[in-house]
Amino acid sequence: MKSTIVGSLMAAGLLISQASMAADPIKVGVLHSLSGTMAISETTLKDTMLMLVEQQNAKGGLLGRELEAVVVDPASDWPLFAEKARELIEVEKVDAVFGAWTSVSRKSVLPVFEELDSILFYPVQYEGEESSKNVFYTGAAPNQQAIPAVDYLKDDIGVERWVLAGTDYVYPRTTNKILEAYLKDNGVAEEDILINYTPFGHSDWQSIVSSIKKFGSEGKKTAVVSTINGDANVPFYKELGNQNVSAEDIPVVAFSVGEEELSGIDTAPLVGHLAAWNYFMSVDTPENDEFINTWQKFIGSDERVSNDPMEAHYIGFNMWVQAVEKAGTTEPAAVQDALIGVTVPNLTGGTSEMLANHHITKPVLIGEIQDDGQFDVVWETEDLVPGDAWSDFLPDSKDIISDWTAPVSCGNYNKVTEQCSGQNY
Amino acid sequence: MKVLAGLLCSLLWSFVGPSLAAEQGDLIDTLSEELRNRKTVEQAIDKIAESESERRALWLEAILEGNLYVRKSDKKAVFAVKEGSGFSLTAASDDASLGTVGKREVSKVKINNALRGKLRTALAQLALTNPDPQKRLAAVEQMLGDLDDDKADAIRQLEKDEPDADVKSLMGLAGSIYQLTVGAKEQKLAVIDSLGINTRPIVVQRLEMLALSDDAEVAASASNMLKKIRSRISLFEKVETLLFGLSLGSVLAMAAIGLAITFGVMGVINMAHGEMIMIGAYCTWFLQHMLPGFIEYSLIVAIPLAFSLTFIVGMVIEFFVIRHLYGRPLETLLATFGISLLLQQTVRTLVSPQNVPVSNPSWLTGQLQIDPALSIAVNRLVIFVFCLLVFAVLMWLLKKTFFGLKVRAVSQNRQMARAMGAQSSRIDAMTFGLGAGIAGVAGVALSQLTNVGPNMGQAYIVDSFMVVVFGGVGNLWGTLLAGLSLGIVNKFLEPWVGAVVAKIVVLVFIILFIQRYPRGLFPQRGRAAGN
Amino acid sequence: MRSLLQGDRGGQILLTVLAIATVVLPMCNLLLPPDHPWHVSTYQLNLFGKYLCYALLAMSVDLVWGFMGFLSLGHGAFFGLGGYAMGMYLMRQIGDRGVYGNAELPDFMVFLNWDSLPWYWWGFDHFPIALIAVFLVPGLLAFLFGWLAFRSRVNGVYLSIISQAMTYALMLAFFRNEFGFGGNNGLTDFKVILGFPVSAQGTRVALFVASAVSVIAAYLLCRSIVQSRAGRVVVAIRDAEDRARFLGYRVESYQLLVLVISAMLAGLAGALYVPQVGIINPGEFSPLNSIEIVIWVAIGGRASLYGAVIGALLVNFSKSWFTAVIPEYWIFALGALFVLTTLLLPGGLAGIFSKRRVTNV
Repeated sequence: MKSTIVGSLMAAGLLISQASMAADPIKVGVLHSLSGTMAISETTLKDTMLMLVEQQNAKGGLLGRELEAVVVDPASDWPLFAEKARELIEVEKVDAVFGAWTSVSRKSVLPVFEELDSILFYPVQYEGEESSKNVFYTGAAPNQQAIPAVDYLKDDIGVERWVLAGTDYVYPRTTNKILEAYLKDNGVAEEDILINYTPFGHSDWQSIVSSIKKFGSEGKKTAVVSTINGDANVPFYKELGNQNVSAEDIPVVAFSVGEEELSGIDTAPLVGHLAAWNYFMSVDTPENDEFINTWQKFIGSDERVSNDPMEAHYIGFNMWVQAVEKAGTTEPAAVQDALIGVTVPNLTGGTSEMLANHHITKPVLIGEIQDDGQFDVVWETEDLVPGDAWSDFLPDSKDIISDWTAPVSCGNYNKVTEQCSGQNY
Repeated sequence: MKVLAGLLCSLLWSFVGPSLAAEQGDLIDTLSEELRNRKTVEQAIDKIAESESERRALWLEAILEGNLYVRKSDKKAVFAVKEGSGFSLTAASDDASLGTVGKREVSKVKINNALRGKLRTALAQLALTNPDPQKRLAAVEQMLGDLDDDKADAIRQLEKDEPDADVKSLMGLAGSIYQLTVGAKEQKLAVIDSLGINTRPIVVQRLEMLALSDDAEVAASASNMLKKIRSRISLFEKVETLLFGLSLGSVLAMAAIGLAITFGVMGVINMAHGEMIMIGAYCTWFLQHMLPGFIEYSLIVAIPLAFSLTFIVGMVIEFFVIRHLYGRPLETLLATFGISLLLQQTVRTLVSPQNVPVSNPSWLTGQLQIDPALSIAVNRLVIFVFCLLVFAVLMWLLKKTFFGLKVRAVSQNRQMARAMGAQSSRIDAMTFGLGAGIAGVAGVALSQLTNVGPNMGQAYIVDSFMVVVFGGVGNLWGTLLAGLSLGIVNKFLEPWVGAVVAKIVVLVFIILFIQRYPRGLFPQRGRAAGN
Repeated sequence: MRSLLQGDRGGQILLTVLAIATVVLPMCNLLLPPDHPWHVSTYQLNLFGKYLCYALLAMSVDLVWGFMGFLSLGHGAFFGLGGYAMGMYLMRQIGDRGVYGNAELPDFMVFLNWDSLPWYWWGFDHFPIALIAVFLVPGLLAFLFGWLAFRSRVNGVYLSIISQAMTYALMLAFFRNEFGFGGNNGLTDFKVILGFPVSAQGTRVALFVASAVSVIAAYLLCRSIVQSRAGRVVVAIRDAEDRARFLGYRVESYQLLVLVISAMLAGLAGALYVPQVGIINPGEFSPLNSIEIVIWVAIGGRASLYGAVIGALLVNFSKSWFTAVIPEYWIFALGALFVLTTLLLPGGLAGIFSKRRVTNV
């Protein structure tokens, strides 16, 4: 009798303590555009974060406390990104932020995160040439996407002429610069490389596709390496179809076209074109199956696809959870240290690790577009590739490394001059 | 020679009877393990292509189309057709029906681009004797680039009995091209002459090689011919640029015509014009989404649907908002900007923030080949014609009907028109609806060329305003001509200075043009010009 | 000053409130402890500073639209140019603290393999020169644009649309990396302004005060223009251009003068805006941004200077608030706000207070 009373008292006590815990949740910021031009891509990532937080809460939360996602809308407006980041950290007091998509939005929020010493998980493939103490890059660095893709085209397909087509902003520019240097190192002549930049949302591709076609009809096997961004892709691929450029004649390998983008395109004319990512929805692993099932259940539609940046958030979130458990606190400074070296399973059957340069290890997969809007993996790296913040192929950055562990503790460290530069603190 | 032999063999087999055929059919099942493995699939395909089975074309085609699967339970090669969530199977060896199975019980024979090319060449060889002349033509076309002695011989044999003139001449060309590489000096010279000005890339490539050859006479003759070909090609390039310009121009004009009515005729600065285009495009998507079996007819149905829907939306906007703002044209900008935000976000909430896929019906794909160096995409041509058609209908409506008369009357002098018995409020609603409806129809056309998504209207709004103002507000001819000429100017500038600078130059040109001609290309005259 | 604000009840109230805020808010920020209920956080102060820049911008639009009848759909261009001039100064102040540690060139130029500073960046190491550029560059563009347009009597929608073409062309140009202004990423990662770190509390307070003082000064300037003889002529031109012309006024000179002043004010707004938000990017030139400015003015009430200020503050405050409170639906709220104010409040918010009807053009 006594014991039951004690037991129920204890249970009540537990309830009370749980209630008090619930009143003080751990806050996680979600900084993705829900309106404006980037809403197309970023809304999905907001939903992914909500799902991950819900899942974690179902597992009992973190450190015995509940997680709460704080969502704001920076509306594809870059100064607003900085303002909202500050609001999340200063006003909402979140412990980590998952967000940003475009390079410029990351550049815009970077000083805020450094000033307030918080944590940002950035889930999108990007141009590198950066490593901040406060940012963890879970998307691909150029060496985890562009270089392997070119290797594949060169060695497996026998491509000799290259069209580097991109939208005119920093990611395509850096990627193309790296690729140009890399191709020239590999004996490709100047006249066999055609570089072309177009503005955002470019919609009339007639002349450019026609010139690509001409460039490719001069007898050497030609491929297009596309860093064309978002909205401009649909008219680009449609024009390729219009001018009868098939994937067998001139394959296009894209770094910004994933399942999500394909779901907005009629894929029939695209079959056989390529994309390089670190994850494809079609990858056949139990982790991926489970992830897709949960996602489709969460979003309430079995037609929704998953894509690479979603996997990046999945990895990033799990890394953060583990690091918080390891550190025993959500204090950003402690978590930043704890994050380095954390390993979590990714969705392609491997285990990704957070490296000292705040990038992660990832496999590189090359997929061919299928008529159902999925990718069929045709090539993959043997092992996981560690992300490299500073490209070895650019003269200005080949001596620079990033290492956030002692004794270097610098994101921009010149091995030759042994100097740390470009930091805000 | 091999090809003929193959043909003879397959003829023979049909007499030998089913036992041998079945044996040959089994080949595919013995290869199933190799086919499933990415590393060995290529040898398996080689084996099929080199085999003399009568079903090899079927198999190769199935691999190419992605219909060849291997049943996991017994490693049997099967043709699979999607049925519900699974597949309905027939045996690859003898077409025997094997019932339906779930998705996970079969695995697809996967290929890549290199193999696709290989398959097509292999199939082309088999198709040289296909009864369909189109197939034969495509087969020869496919083989032009990589001929060897055997293939060239086979084509020469077939050329003799070829009934179809086009195929015959292409086969002749194939022989000639082959001579350019292997023939003796005299042959080469003769072929260069007989080819004449031929703009095929393959001919150009061969001539370029010959132009570097050691034999001075051949080299001179080849480079001479090359020069002629190049000047022909550069002429075609100019024609092509002009066509590109007309096509871009028709897109600009198409997007702007609706605005020419709401803005030009009514004086309403309709910032929601782009969203009308978007709604039209979504109609196309909606129809294709609801009736996936009728993609071919979707556009035909989408045009009236999009028109009616956007017409109604336009009328509603007019009734609740615009009507209360007449006489305050600049404030319509504010209200319609709000409406544009509302419509965009409604689509984001109801459909999704992502783009939606719109397919091109097969009659809108492909190219009209005028010359190897000059072709027109069918859908671009159709959109150009469609733009003119819409324009003609609109002109007729405004100039030849009683409704049009009233619209013009109200736009020119509202008071007077009312005095003459025109119900100006009804006319206004109808006119605004008409402008919106035309924008909706434009959306259907644009869905064939570009993204369909919540933001798509934004891409057209600024350009449309430029076109209307450049053409002269209130003048439909001006809008059409402005659209076409801006398109052409843009395309001629683009190869020189790149896409972005071309656009900047066009904008600066518009600014300067308006300074010189403050009322656009075709200024409105008379009383209406006063406001 | 008293005579300037005579009969301008709204202006009197607004300026009083602004003046008090200029003094009190920084004190609430600097002197009160963070847990005090009256404490104003640096974040909030920074936000107010940003809104004040928008208010200044709205006033400059109101000057040409409300008083001169030129509905400018291109004021974002002047704002952006002012912002870029300031951004260039801030870029030069980074010195060798950039990513590549190059003291001679900004990071994005190192990245594009440029080996020397282009001529149009010369002199921006010095604050006075940058400050002159803040006024001069937008002023010059306005002069050129206005001189061409007003001389050939372009007006009405034509004028509006070509002003839109102007900002659109500038946006495309600035997006180009070869143009030398950082392309899509624009100018960012600023470290110091006049030797003070940009993110420090004191600097932010100072920037807020500078913005507030600028708004007050600009208000008085605009008011004095509107009240002056030239101002009356401008209003006359708005209401009946031909008559003013027939009376012998050089219509285009008056128009040009007002446009240039307005552009300079917009440039100043941009210059104050950039250090507070920490980035300037070609997006500021986007035609939609310029339309938004017009909408602030319309909501506040055109031809009423304090209305423009209130409109800018109100819309931007609701935007900041909505994007945090109802991130998924805030666009609906904003869109509805635009539609409803136009329909129900033709004179804008200022129209509620003032009995004088705003003349429609």
